[in-house]
Amino acid sequence: MSTTSTNLPSAGPVTASRSFVSRLREGDEIARLLTFLCAASVVLITVLLVFELWRQSALPRHKFGFSFFLTRVWDPIAEQFGALPFIYGTLVTAAVALLLAVPLGIGAAIFLAELAPLRLSDPLQFLIDLLAAVPSVIYGFLGFFIVVPLMREWIEPALKKSLGFLPLFQGPAYGIGFLTAGIVLAIMVIPYIISVSREVLLSVPRDQREAALALGSTRWESTWKVVVPFARTGIMGSIFLALARALGETMAVTMVIGNTPTISASLFSSGYSIAAVIANEFTEATGDLYLQSLIELGLVLFLLTFILNGLARLMMLLTTRRGTGMGNA
Amino acid sequence: MKRLAGMVLLVLAFGGMLLAEKAIPLTGAGATFPYPIYSKWFDEFHKKNGNVEVNYQSLGSGAGIRQVTEGTVDFGASDGPMNDDQLKAYQAKHGFPILHFPTVLGADVPTYNIPGVSAELNFTPDALAGIFLGHISKWNDPAIANVNKGVNLPANDIVVVHRSDGSGTTYIWTDYLSKVSSDWKDKVGKGTSVNWPVGLGGKGNENVAGLIKQTPNSIGYVELIYAIQTKMPYGKVKNAAGDFIKADLASVSAAAAGAIKTMPDDFRVSITNAPGKTVYPISSFTWLLVPSKFSDAGKRDALKTFIQWMLADGQNYAESLAYAKLPQEVIAKEVKALSKIQ
Amino acid sequence: MTSRLRWRKLISGFMLTMTGVCALVAVSVLFLILGYLVYNGGTSINWAFFTKLPAPVGETGGGMANAILGSAKLLLLATLIGVPIGFFGGVYLAEFSSTQVAFAVRYAADLLNGAPSIVIGIFAFAVAVHPFGHFSTLAGSFALGLMMIPITLRNTEEFLRAVPRALREGSMALGAGKWTTIVRVVIPAAYRGILTAILLALARVAGETAPLLFTALGNRYWSPGWNQPTASLPVMIYTYALSPYEDWHRQAWAAGLVLLGLILMVNIVARVILSRGIAVPRS
Repeated sequence: MSTTSTNLPSAGPVTASRSFVSRLREGDEIARLLTFLCAASVVLITVLLVFELWRQSALPRHKFGFSFFLTRVWDPIAEQFGALPFIYGTLVTAAVALLLAVPLGIGAAIFLAELAPLRLSDPLQFLIDLLAAVPSVIYGFLGFFIVVPLMREWIEPALKKSLGFLPLFQGPAYGIGFLTAGIVLAIMVIPYIISVSREVLLSVPRDQREAALALGSTRWESTWKVVVPFARTGIMGSIFLALARALGETMAVTMVIGNTPTISASLFSSGYSIAAVIANEFTEATGDLYLQSLIELGLVLFLLTFILNGLARLMMLLTTRRGTGMGNA
Repeated sequence: MKRLAGMVLLVLAFGGMLLAEKAIPLTGAGATFPYPIYSKWFDEFHKKNGNVEVNYQSLGSGAGIRQVTEGTVDFGASDGPMNDDQLKAYQAKHGFPILHFPTVLGADVPTYNIPGVSAELNFTPDALAGIFLGHISKWNDPAIANVNKGVNLPANDIVVVHRSDGSGTTYIWTDYLSKVSSDWKDKVGKGTSVNWPVGLGGKGNENVAGLIKQTPNSIGYVELIYAIQTKMPYGKVKNAAGDFIKADLASVSAAAAGAIKTMPDDFRVSITNAPGKTVYPISSFTWLLVPSKFSDAGKRDALKTFIQWMLADGQNYAESLAYAKLPQEVIAKEVKALSKIQ
Repeated sequence: MTSRLRWRKLISGFMLTMTGVCALVAVSVLFLILGYLVYNGGTSINWAFFTKLPAPVGETGGGMANAILGSAKLLLLATLIGVPIGFFGGVYLAEFSSTQVAFAVRYAADLLNGAPSIVIGIFAFAVAVHPFGHFSTLAGSFALGLMMIPITLRNTEEFLRAVPRALREGSMALGAGKWTTIVRVVIPAAYRGILTAILLALARVAGETAPLLFTALGNRYWSPGWNQPTASLPVMIYTYALSPYEDWHRQAWAAGLVLLGLILMVNIVARVILSRGIAVPRS
């Protein structure tokens, strides 16, 4: 829209090509330059960020190479650093979070988009957006004092009794561990799933619903079998967005995950995540290899979230393009 | 509304600048082990010398060593003395050595939270090693029960709590365990950050104490004052002479007594598992890590004044917080060593 | 009605009720959080909290005055760093740029936005702490400012784009230059949205803890000027929450309530401003 610059002469004679100086005097060129510098600095900063992460993780990359991602051992004394426990913990907690947040989130989004009248839906969405504004440290705080005792006294023993035959629910119930971290993360990412899914669902054209209803489906059937699949890509996008958020969460996780680099099949076990270990050990990493191993972990996390965010945007783009198209892609 | 916002912003900006008085701000970071006494000291010292503000951040001994080596803080603090490699690294980076100054004596105590048990438990070295190695997993295990006859220990799983950050408290604990258990020495070893076989990780003495307080059936190691301040029971440990000793001023001082004669000039010494009937075996000095050269004379003098005060008046605050005073001989030696700071 | 139809209708009613339950659960979490904070924090907020400095470890009676001022300073400087870059960058994207440049800038902004806050902390440490040799308010503000840039940029661009062409063309037809048009016509037309964007960016970084852990560090005293480590509300909450002292827990609740209260207020104000203005697309 703004690619053609319309430089209308203010008072003087119309010249075919206005000289740089006169445009400068006009202030437009300065403005253009200034704003360009600001925009360019954004690119510069981002490039610098990736560059620094890459440069400052050179030592472990050369020393460990690819085995960095496959080693379980994290031993600062022996200078053996392996990323596996942290990658495991990050993925497990994110998986638990999504398993809980996705059904709840999509369900709530369906309610807000399909059932609730706009008078109710908008204020509710507003409240849910506020939930997204709560800082991570407060979630961690509440998680530590409310969720952890709840898990330890009620939920984990109950799970153990009923589903204890699964290796997922074995072992001592600390209250702190993968499961609790996953639950806290789930609460944190639900608002993202709800708000994006709701918008996507709202943008599904009316005739889809009406066609389904006209063919005799129930309200639920039209929603679940027609509307939601139509919005499928956008909803997937919201899930990727939520996943990216869950992977990068630091404070809430470190306060309830137990901070031990453990790989265990049990969800009750304490563990570690990439973000949590960086937060805990960065200021005390004695020795360059140690520090740079932490930075390499940061690079890994950054790449993961970058890929997921990219996929999410792609999905949303596909949805909006499809918005008025027909059928399934 | 805009004007109001602008005015608020201006006021805040000025406020920030106004606070740039002629104060000498010193930043230190490190051990959580002596944090209660340090924060008391810096507060009292500030009351006497209003222009010196010592901002001490208890990030853990590992962070103390790292940050003082990086030069991002003016001094560090650690209960695990810097090893030779770390000293060399400091010298290589800065061109001058770093000095250790002992400040107080403290103790690592095994503190626990067992529902229904408020008694002081006895722990043998083997029991402690076994618990922290994960070999002993229940509270009513014979290794614990046999020395605690009369206490009704439940058959619950032990939840081990240790440090997740680089810790001098860990160094003291693992130093002790390495001396009393060859199993521990082989499998884990000693250091500020070890590969723990079992347990939950807490950040700092504070978080370990907090975790133990919140988690039933847990046991962990904290500096004595943390157990006292949080009113948690802590156990007696069997010392090298075979007696079960509780950590207190007398038993900790006794541990240091033997080391006075052999105190090296750089003050780095380990007093865990010291011989003697009344000795508490998991005692330790804790040190300030002070660069031997300061480019800022104001900071240097402020820190030197602080250390002099700490060695004299400051020692009087130690006992009320359950830290033992430094032996007189050590103090005298330190006063002499102050001249090394230039 | 066949039994099959009755069954389908039953399912329908049931499932739709379940979605209502989901929504209820989601919303009630918010109220639970607020309620808990108000209950625990409300009782701990007192005059000392706002005016006193932290007391020595284990002693009661301290406050968080330095953390409150510290957070205010951090946010002020972060805004001064992040908003101009984001705002003018957004102006460039909306008014001047070509599509290729716009794509690159938007992509970079998305990358920056999606970076986990701990990674921003690492970057800020490498750029603003390590070269200078000490922790500082400036470094903390740098980290927070970085996080404000993408939000401000994207939102500024969107709201500027949403201003109708007619306004621009009208202004130009009257003889105004491009920049004059932007400053006098377009921006004022979009100011609500832009203000909202700034407020939302502010609310977002106000609660950030991780990037401050190794940039601003912490301080038990007032932090003079901009070059010293400083206390901040989120970091104090983190430290105090994990400690074993009851008094510190109570102070952490109070801090949590104050922090969350301020963030929610800013969010509400921002959305009210937005809803009162021109109907512009939400980002």
